[in-house]
Amino acid sequence: MRFGFSDEQLLLQSTVRDFLRKECPPEAVRRLWASETGHDPALWAQLAELGVLGAGVPEAHGGLGLDERDLVLLLEETGRAALPLPVVATAAVAVPLLRELGETGAAGAALAARWLPRIAAGDAIVAIGHPENEFVADAAVADLLLIAEGDALHAIEPASDAANRSDRVRCIRQPANDPGRRIYAVECRTSAETQVATGAAAQRLLDAAFERGALACAAQLLGATEQMLALAVSYACQREQFGRPIGSFQAVQHQLADVKVQLEYARPVVYKAAWSVACRARSRAVDVSHAKLAAGAAGALAARRALQVHGAIGYTWEQDLHLWMRRAWSLALDWGAEPRHLARVSEFVLADGAPIGPGHTFEGAA
Amino acid sequence: MDLLPTAAQQAFRAGARAWLEANVPSTSLRSFDTREGFEQHRAWERRLHAGGFAMVPWPVEYGGRGADLLEWLIFEEEYYRAGAPKRVNQNGIFLLGPTIMEFGTPAQKARFLPQIASSEEVWAQGWSEPNAGSDMAAIQAQARREGDHYILRGQKTWASRGAFADWLFGMFRTDPASERHKGLSFLLVPLDTPGVTVRPIAQLSGETGFAEVFFDDARVPVENRLAGEGDGWRVAMATAGFERGLMLRSPARFQKTAQQLVALYRGHADRAGEALRNDVVRCWMDAEAYALETYRTVSRLLAGGKIGFEASLNKIFWSELDVRMHETALRILGPRADLLAEAPASHASTRAGSVSGTDWLDGYLFSLSGPIYAGTNEIQRNLIAERILGLPRSA
Repeated sequence: MRFGFSDEQLLLQSTVRDFLRKECPPEAVRRLWASETGHDPALWAQLAELGVLGAGVPEAHGGLGLDERDLVLLLEETGRAALPLPVVATAAVAVPLLRELGETGAAGAALAARWLPRIAAGDAIVAIGHPENEFVADAAVADLLLIAEGDALHAIEPASDAANRSDRVRCIRQPANDPGRRIYAVECRTSAETQVATGAAAQRLLDAAFERGALACAAQLLGATEQMLALAVSYACQREQFGRPIGSFQAVQHQLADVKVQLEYARPVVYKAAWSVACRARSRAVDVSHAKLAAGAAGALAARRALQVHGAIGYTWEQDLHLWMRRAWSLALDWGAEPRHLARVSEFVLADGAPIGPGHTFEGAA
Repeated sequence: MDLLPTAAQQAFRAGARAWLEANVPSTSLRSFDTREGFEQHRAWERRLHAGGFAMVPWPVEYGGRGADLLEWLIFEEEYYRAGAPKRVNQNGIFLLGPTIMEFGTPAQKARFLPQIASSEEVWAQGWSEPNAGSDMAAIQAQARREGDHYILRGQKTWASRGAFADWLFGMFRTDPASERHKGLSFLLVPLDTPGVTVRPIAQLSGETGFAEVFFDDARVPVENRLAGEGDGWRVAMATAGFERGLMLRSPARFQKTAQQLVALYRGHADRAGEALRNDVVRCWMDAEAYALETYRTVSRLLAGGKIGFEASLNKIFWSELDVRMHETALRILGPRADLLAEAPASHASTRAGSVSGTDWLDGYLFSLSGPIYAGTNEIQRNLIAERILGLPRSA
């Protein structure tokens, strides 16, 4: 029993943090917001080089062979940077999905062998069309779409040239509040050839994808929350009114102290969920939903309080705070919004003979 | 990261569970804030001590079991699972004990720790004074040195367990010319010392959980001082850290309450409705979050880390959760939430699980003290803002 990360895991995390601080500052986020595709192949390639994209890719396919217990810290960093690239879908959801597809037969193995190395190398973006999400994030720049339709899962490779691409996949952009996450209504031509799993097997893959997507959002929310708190603290130390920094007023201090409390009690929930998903613990669905709710609530509180502390300047487009506020809001909605996850936890907690109470916390581990 | 218990930890849990099942009193004891209940609880502590479970994480030589902190968390889970009595000597076992281990001389450790572990000596706290509450550095009670003794004059108040305890620990001003945090010393005072008068105070519940203590030239030997003369503030801060943090507020207590809250809701689901259901589920999640964070902290401590101002985060989280859980329970109970134990109907139809409606009311009143004692939550938020977040000192 050891609830903590190894020095190696923490080192990889701080490497990614330092990298993103340098390569993905707020100006870079804004540039991507305004760009035509919303994608930055150079930055994507660098993320691959650092191991972020291929963290979960087996070493045989050019990745690091790690799991959610490692990835959770890296995702936290991408949240801290408000990185507007499809890391959740590609690295957190598609990689393990392809890995599992690879174990389902020759066709799956071929698909995994074709795509996992490309992901690890930074040559591929994967978009996920999951029944839990109404729209598909970053579908227009995806090299591979893994899309559920009916009771089947399909793998669709849109052609790289625009003309043929629109023949196979039509993406209708849905303007949304977070420009860092472009969402699309997707129409695509599925066929027996694009089908990669069906029935119970497809459902298992989709269920696992849902846990991973929600967990990844929760991890990013931790980073975004911590960043909003840091911005508010920094502003409250500089901004003077009544002849003193506003951060010396208890009315301001206590608002930010509340954020810190909520953040630090969301963190272990997210880390436990990462462990549960990695170990396929029985409790993983509840753990993930709890993580998503706890991190979502922390993010929402941080956004509110950080904005309040910034005052009118925080209410401007020019100030950077909203980069993270929008992230926090959209992450709370992706891969299951609050009612969905609350219902899953309720169902567990309120069931007859539910294993709750002292001593049960790690029981679902087995 | 590995969240599975080891075989040794599972065996420890099984052993603790078996002992508790065989020994926990089948009928609940009276409140330890009554004379009769106090002695019932002391008798329970003796039994726990004889069974070797009184002070699980303490060294064997001081009456403990020599277990590590993870085993202590496991024991606490089993303790609350078994519905065992509250710990009447919590001031001694959770606050003073660790403080003596850190600051005491070998002679003090040998003198006091075994008596704490067995609860032969039950302790009261002596921090607050009429003019020193949140501003603890405003302490005025004096301890004037006279040869081998200190002569105590002044008043302490809100001394928890003061009504029936045997000893009191607290801070006194040993340097009469000193101000604020300086010139204070941490003294251990037998409450039967001539010149000490204890006046119990009825709490919100009507029972005498705390007391005023008056010192009129009470003589206390110099060897009852913990750490150096004038070192009291440093010692007291360590004690306060124990109180806010890990030792006293083990997560099992809140997980148990959350579990009982779920049972209460299930018994009233037909009329409690969806809003209350969501509040119940959120309470359960927060109790789990508290447990997880505690396990994380213990892992850090076992790896050589220390608890600093994070104790303030804990204190806010558990105390506000405790209030919220009890508020939610009372909302579920509806009009019956107001009934006292002596009301004929109070136990009959509000019973859900093993908890009656009146227990929820008692628990609610007790929970309301949480955001006040051990440093008010306003003080904790100041500490978080200034010591953890690095905001400027408030005026």
